Amino acid sequence: MDVAIVALPLLGALIAGLGNRRLGDRGAQWITSGLMLVSFVLSWIVFLQYDGTPRTTELFTWFASGTFEASWAVRVDQLSAVMLVVVTTVSSMVHVYSIGYMSHDDSKPRFMAYLSLFTFCMLMLVTADNFMQMFFGWEGVGLCSYLLIGFWFHRPSANAAAIKAFLVNRVGDFGFALGIMGVFLLFGTVSFDAVFAAAPGKVGQTFHFLSWDADILTTLCLLLFVGAMGKSAQLGLHTWLPDAMEGPTPVSALIHAATMVTAGVFMVCRLSPMFEYAPDAKMVVAIVGAATAFFAATVGLVQNDIKRVIAYSTCSQLGYMFFAAGVGAYGAAMFHLFTHAFFKALLFLCAGSVIHAMSDEQDMRRMGGIWKLIPWTYALMWIGSLALAGIPFFAGYYSKDIILESAFAAHTGAGTFAFWLGIGAAMMTAFYSWRLLLMTFHGQTRADHETYHHVHESPWVMLVPLIVLAIGAVFAGYLFYGSFVGEEMEQFWGASILFAEGNEVTHHAHDVPTWVKLSPLVVGIAGIAIAYLFYMVKTDLPARLAGALGGLYRFLLNKWYFDELYDAIFVEPAKKLGFGLWKGGDGAIIDRLGPDGIASVSQDVARQATKLQSGYVYHYAFAMLIGVVILVTWYMFGSGW
Amino acid sequence: MTNIPHLLTIITFLPLVGAIFIAGIRGEEAHVARNGRWVALWTSGAVFLLSLLLWFGFDRSNPGFQFEEHAEWIPALNIAYHMGVDGISMPFVMLSTLLTPICVLASWEAIETRVKEYMIAFLVLETFMVGTFCALDFVAFYVFFEGVLIPMFIIIGVWGGPRRVYSAFKFFLFTLLGSVLMLVAILTMYDEAGTTDIPTLMTTQFDPQLQIWLWLAFFASFAVKVPMWPVHTWLPDAHVEAPTAGSVILAGVLLKMGGYGFLRFSIPMLPEASTTLAPLVFGLSIVAVIYTSLVALAQTDMKKLIAYSSVAHMGFVTAGTFALNRQGIEGAMIQMLSHGIVSGALFLCVGVVYDRLHSREIARYGGLVNNMPRYAFAFMIFTMASVGLPGTSGFIGEFLVMVGVFQSSTWVGLFITTGIILGAAYMLWLYRRVVFGKLEKDDVKAMLDLSPREVAIFVPLILIVLWMGIYPSSFTSITGPTIERLITNYEVAVGPAVPGSLIAPAEASPTEPATTEPVTTEPVTTEPAITEPAPAAPAEEQQ
Repeated sequence: MDVAIVALPLLGALIAGLGNRRLGDRGAQWITSGLMLVSFVLSWIVFLQYDGTPRTTELFTWFASGTFEASWAVRVDQLSAVMLVVVTTVSSMVHVYSIGYMSHDDSKPRFMAYLSLFTFCMLMLVTADNFMQMFFGWEGVGLCSYLLIGFWFHRPSANAAAIKAFLVNRVGDFGFALGIMGVFLLFGTVSFDAVFAAAPGKVGQTFHFLSWDADILTTLCLLLFVGAMGKSAQLGLHTWLPDAMEGPTPVSALIHAATMVTAGVFMVCRLSPMFEYAPDAKMVVAIVGAATAFFAATVGLVQNDIKRVIAYSTCSQLGYMFFAAGVGAYGAAMFHLFTHAFFKALLFLCAGSVIHAMSDEQDMRRMGGIWKLIPWTYALMWIGSLALAGIPFFAGYYSKDIILESAFAAHTGAGTFAFWLGIGAAMMTAFYSWRLLLMTFHGQTRADHETYHHVHESPWVMLVPLIVLAIGAVFAGYLFYGSFVGEEMEQFWGASILFAEGNEVTHHAHDVPTWVKLSPLVVGIAGIAIAYLFYMVKTDLPARLAGALGGLYRFLLNKWYFDELYDAIFVEPAKKLGFGLWKGGDGAIIDRLGPDGIASVSQDVARQATKLQSGYVYHYAFAMLIGVVILVTWYMFGSGW
Repeated sequence: MTNIPHLLTIITFLPLVGAIFIAGIRGEEAHVARNGRWVALWTSGAVFLLSLLLWFGFDRSNPGFQFEEHAEWIPALNIAYHMGVDGISMPFVMLSTLLTPICVLASWEAIETRVKEYMIAFLVLETFMVGTFCALDFVAFYVFFEGVLIPMFIIIGVWGGPRRVYSAFKFFLFTLLGSVLMLVAILTMYDEAGTTDIPTLMTTQFDPQLQIWLWLAFFASFAVKVPMWPVHTWLPDAHVEAPTAGSVILAGVLLKMGGYGFLRFSIPMLPEASTTLAPLVFGLSIVAVIYTSLVALAQTDMKKLIAYSSVAHMGFVTAGTFALNRQGIEGAMIQMLSHGIVSGALFLCVGVVYDRLHSREIARYGGLVNNMPRYAFAFMIFTMASVGLPGTSGFIGEFLVMVGVFQSSTWVGLFITTGIILGAAYMLWLYRRVVFGKLEKDDVKAMLDLSPREVAIFVPLILIVLWMGIYPSSFTSITGPTIERLITNYEVAVGPAVPGSLIAPAEASPTEPATTEPVTTEPVTTEPAITEPAPAAPAEEQQ
């Protein structure tokens, strides 16, 4: 059954991808969705029947080179069971939704095949029992993300966004790959169980990394965390996520909100047996997470594209998950991952429903006044927003509060830092959520006449998945609080998450002062109130404020100028350097000193045979001389390598 | 099924027989061309089928030479005709015999002039390629190794593009330059050891001082072939001017001869020098990976871009080879095989559009996915394999190399790993400009998707790429024992410790179980573990 969960989406992808002509659009859609739904049901069965003993189904050896070996395997423990449920639920809903959403598109089978392929890779990632299979899934979802962001390949912006996503993720994977190499170097294996068993023995040990003696576990955890930062769009490597909104909206919901971007969080939780022994690395995780939560929320305040607002919101929420993991509250991180998957996928799909209704308009400045026309979407969007803002008894309330309480209860510098930034971000979250709701649905419409008259509610094939996700967004928090972070936590997670000796942060989180417990709610309501004031009562206020704080406004609107900065530091120099090395290095230096004299001469070799000969010897001697010089220098100075 | 006598000789010289046969075809031109094509296809196909006997008959637990043939040639000089393959050379034989029929198919319509001569050149080339990998005597090896140059020179010079003469000469001069030095080295070794028998020389201990010079002489030849920076500049020119099939063979097989040389000669025969000079190779490999990746980013010509990417990928090979540990060398082997398939396939991809539009300018294309979806799919697979996506062959090679190099030096590992970012950059950018985007130009709109013949070319290559990526054990079980023995012998020769000039982590290296006793005395007569597999039996021999 475990294998079937993983394999069915692959089967769907292959059928839809390779058999598209004979199958037709309908066939591809129903086969992929059907297989996905089977996988979804099986996942819930696995999750609910899970008996607490991890099990691994080994399929066959992937590669083996000396002691460096890895197998294709499906590992099910509590952590992967949770992820199985998250991934297959959201994925199957998105599959069904896409049948409606993509009804006007020409390449439906291709789209469905990509979605299923993505799901397969994601499931491989979460069921890996070694670093290498995890890396396979990791890069596999990156490929699918690339293909889906660039799905509408006639748009230059979509192509650019796709490449950007792949490359920024590759930067993260650069760290991940180095981390894996380090793990193998120091542990002699890449199997999770063996590495985790050996990790406590490496505490405090150092190894010679680059030119320094570095703490083993801290270094490895930080390298691996770079991979997590790339995939989960954390500050510094976040630039691809907003651009990724070029992809069709179901893609944004599945990949760039609910599943792939949370892989980094999952990775940190999966590697808790390493991170728990690397307190410095955990501190970095907490700080980066908190900074991202805050940064992304500030940018989200001023964006006008409905999907970009939600994208920055995702980025910000991922920051919450990371700082939860960073302070040691892995259960809380996974809990938020779980609830967030429901309500953020819901929000994205609702946004898709709005865009669908508005004839592909995404700019909130050209929306408004449509709530009566699309009541279902409107109501469901409220549910999603309430959950996101952490209003009591919706899913986000439980998970966000426990994160903030854990951060406070950690009583460390990083924890307190994260707490306060998190509170600030919570207020902004509530603000931009209601800004989105009010700008999109209320007030006088700013859409043109044509569009406004076309506004229509989505078909049931799109609404039913929304309702399913909404049920999750309402109940997931209440139902699973006890298991994920409450009384039964230790028993629930079992060995899948390691809480080191003395890591009681989640327990302490339940006993924080009342003002800490109440503050997320207070700032959330305050944020909603301000949004109401700005966009319903005094509607000229936003513009006046933007005018008064012009510099800050532009800074936020331009996303802290990260893109411009990276362009100036990396992209342009790389292109210039490449061109310079080609013309200057290869052309002007190597060829001119080396063969060009010879080769050009040799074109009329008959006449100048003798000259060729002497030139050849001369050049050859010159080359050898240089070689010797380099060699000697290298050898004298290079012995320190 | 493996007891066909003289199998290697048959595989090596059957193409030559086919070539002679084609040479005998007479008649009007169209008739000659058609028959020439078919004879070449049948011959190379038969050679490939015969080479499958090697694949299936190969004893995967035996690290030594198999299918050996020995005959006296010039007894007075102690020179013999000696053929044989082991786990390092056999995959290359397969690569050569696989790519040749594919090249014949790829040239089916692209070559219209002097078809007969073209096919002869290709078959002769195949004989030399296979011979290079099978030869176990230096004289035969040298003849084959150099012989390869002649048909390749002719292929570029006669059927190449407008600047073919320049390119052909550049190619010839560069490679000849190195070869001359190699000849000197071979003569010196013959002088020292009194034999040209390669297995014997592999157990001969040369004076460490002399080793350095021998090593450098070999290096001059192999570095040009690989090619390593800074002697790589012949490659882009040669590729650009060569006909498609010429590029395929050039990238697919000829570059591998350099890597093969390192594994066959430099490391086993000159172990001390290999240790001493490994940092040089590392340095040049790092430059190759970063420098040529950046240069590839700036290219406007599709073939040049892929040519530069080849230099970068071969940088991984050289770095992995001189990591001198199991993962590094195994990775280098897999990377070479993978690159042979993938870069060959990428050149075929360029050839497909070149045949239709006769341009290699990236800017001339765009939006091909609209009218050539099958082509876009094949190109995507090979792009991803080139980028080193897990699940494709490129990943296994690259990652093993990085793991191996990282154990030798974390700095080198760090620099080499940047290749995975830069490699993705230039390949995805190429793909985007050629395949994605709007379909705007009229002549591009008129291009047709892959013909059945082209599909037949690509499908086996795609399957191999995925096979090597998902279940590389079929390949590593062949290479593993031989590499294991290579490393064991190497460590016996230089002592089992990690080479002194490279950093060793503070922890004891957990990866190389020190199963070999450090032999320090009487190195000349040692015949270390030649016939038996290394004690640390490879784990992958399950089947």
